Amino acid sequence: MSTGIRFDGVTVAYGGNVVLDAFDLTVEPGEVMALLGPSGSGKTTALRAVAGFVRPRAGRVFIGDEDVTDLPPHRRGIGMVVQQYALFPHLRVDANVAFGLKARGTPRAETAARVTEALETTGMAAYARRYPRELSGGQQQRVAIARALAIRPGVLLFDEPLSALDARLRSGMLAELARLHRELPDVSMLYVTHDQGEALTLADRIAVMDRARLRDCGTPRDLYRRPRTAFTASFVGSANLLPVTVTGRGVRLGDTDLDVPTGDAAAGARATLCLRPHLVGLGEGANAVRGTVAAVQWRGATHRLEVDVAGHRVTADVRELRETPPPGTEVTLHFAPDDAVLLPAGGVADETAGGEAGDPADEVVGEAVGEAAGVPGGAVHG
Amino acid sequence: MLVHSRRARWAVQGVFLALFLPVFALPFLVVVAASLATQWSGALPSGATLDHYRTAVRGEALDALTTSVLTALAASALALATGTWAALAARGPRARRVVGALFVLPVAVPSVVVGLALLVAFSEPPFLLNGTPTIVVLAHAILVTAFAHQSVAAALDRLDPAYEQAAASLGASPLRVLLRVRLPLLLPSLSAAAGLCFALSMGELSATMMLYPPDWLPLPVKVFAATDRGALFPGAALAVVLVTTTLLVLLAVSRVRTRASYR
Repeated sequence: MSTGIRFDGVTVAYGGNVVLDAFDLTVEPGEVMALLGPSGSGKTTALRAVAGFVRPRAGRVFIGDEDVTDLPPHRRGIGMVVQQYALFPHLRVDANVAFGLKARGTPRAETAARVTEALETTGMAAYARRYPRELSGGQQQRVAIARALAIRPGVLLFDEPLSALDARLRSGMLAELARLHRELPDVSMLYVTHDQGEALTLADRIAVMDRARLRDCGTPRDLYRRPRTAFTASFVGSANLLPVTVTGRGVRLGDTDLDVPTGDAAAGARATLCLRPHLVGLGEGANAVRGTVAAVQWRGATHRLEVDVAGHRVTADVRELRETPPPGTEVTLHFAPDDAVLLPAGGVADETAGGEAGDPADEVVGEAVGEAAGVPGGAVHG
Repeated sequence: MLVHSRRARWAVQGVFLALFLPVFALPFLVVVAASLATQWSGALPSGATLDHYRTAVRGEALDALTTSVLTALAASALALATGTWAALAARGPRARRVVGALFVLPVAVPSVVVGLALLVAFSEPPFLLNGTPTIVVLAHAILVTAFAHQSVAAALDRLDPAYEQAAASLGASPLRVLLRVRLPLLLPSLSAAAGLCFALSMGELSATMMLYPPDWLPLPVKVFAATDRGALFPGAALAVVLVTTTLLVLLAVSRVRTRASYR
């Protein structure tokens, strides 16, 4: 029963407002695909197009080999878990889980067996006779997952399933979802989130979305280690994005020459240097740059240094320091040539600012060029 | 909270009661007192008796009460079905305004006019309803559908679409979603609407006066007839029976509502 999902040029618009623009994506059978993006990026719309709650203006949606674009939601055979759980408040837990099976006319004995099985999978068997309101948020979400699993769907859709949970529960549920994926190797999962941590932890591949378009798609490792665009770099993990000029042997930042693999970038071209904060070290080393400490944040295991280098703010996450340099101190930062990624220049500040403006709850910090007031916060995942 | 200190709050509540208790509650007490009296010439009624109640709960009076209850039940069922159907069908803001305006029309015009309109409309074949209980039920239903529709439409607006979407994604057909998810979730407002419709129908007089056939005489008409010919105290007893019956039904309906919203 392995079924993939395929978007074929799917465009969704409300009135004149295009919320998903010519979206192409294939989720392989058994794959977990995360749709990652800020709010308003179209990721939820894409998921709803699979579920059948929005009708594309153009393009087709396939589940497996079947074109489901014109199929009503109840004929699509998908399991769906949403942020607000949407458990039926007037039904007990077991009746909630049995709902889909009853709708399909499953024989009573089999229904009972599969309800038990689904509740056991999610560890909720002891709560079968409770009403949803008698459960905590995490428990309700487990029931919602059990309800989606009971119909044995080929495709599971998750719409920000952990957003309503507190941080500790969230990491627990994340591990549970990863286990679920291992136990159901045939089920394709489409997982919508704005949380890079969830996407990096859970997904086989991540599709990065911004402003109604697919921006990038790849394995978490690829997107994190070798982002292709500034938006990806700043949205998947945090990143220092510095404007540089390509030289013969590397790049030039301000008046410092740096040794960075330039690939096929032509000498003299403008480019953006992407540096992960946790890969920037304090002190002398390869690719040393000098700067002035602007701010220091203690984050327990690490210190976050905001350093002004040649007019640009560079963030460095270093192991906890015994003595912190006071603001105004001259320091030297360095990074290994292989840890830097050179991105095409242009529209860096634009893209990052535009991508993040819409979502104040966003945890990701994109240290965009020229963003003088380096926003604190946001753990570095991965 | 406009008033903060406890004493000031008591004072405000006292003023509130002093102002509104006489206006809203005293008339009921007066009717109850009158229903137990044989004459009322001074400040207080005199000549306590239960005779009025003896006649108010048997014979013609009992028939009138039964007629009223049956009419109210039928009319509220009809109004609830129509109002709910319309609320479910007309979801867009414009459609809802049109439907809402249509239902409010009979409430906005004097109900005597509604009665007259029905009389004129249904007095000739093939729609000959004049002289049947049906025309009374129809009039009541027309007069209360607006309240059923408003109540259900407002509840539908508050209903999170995630429920019906979850149900649909689980494979439930639209009919199943309606019967197993949406209507049960609407049950609290449905029962509230039912209670309101029932109470309004129990008290309807003016349209009923225009329409009632001799063999279908609701209790309010009887109250009116009694007081009209000067039998104030027996009329008061009939009124108390009417009020009590209505309140008992409302109480039963509100128990259904409490159970439904507890789930």
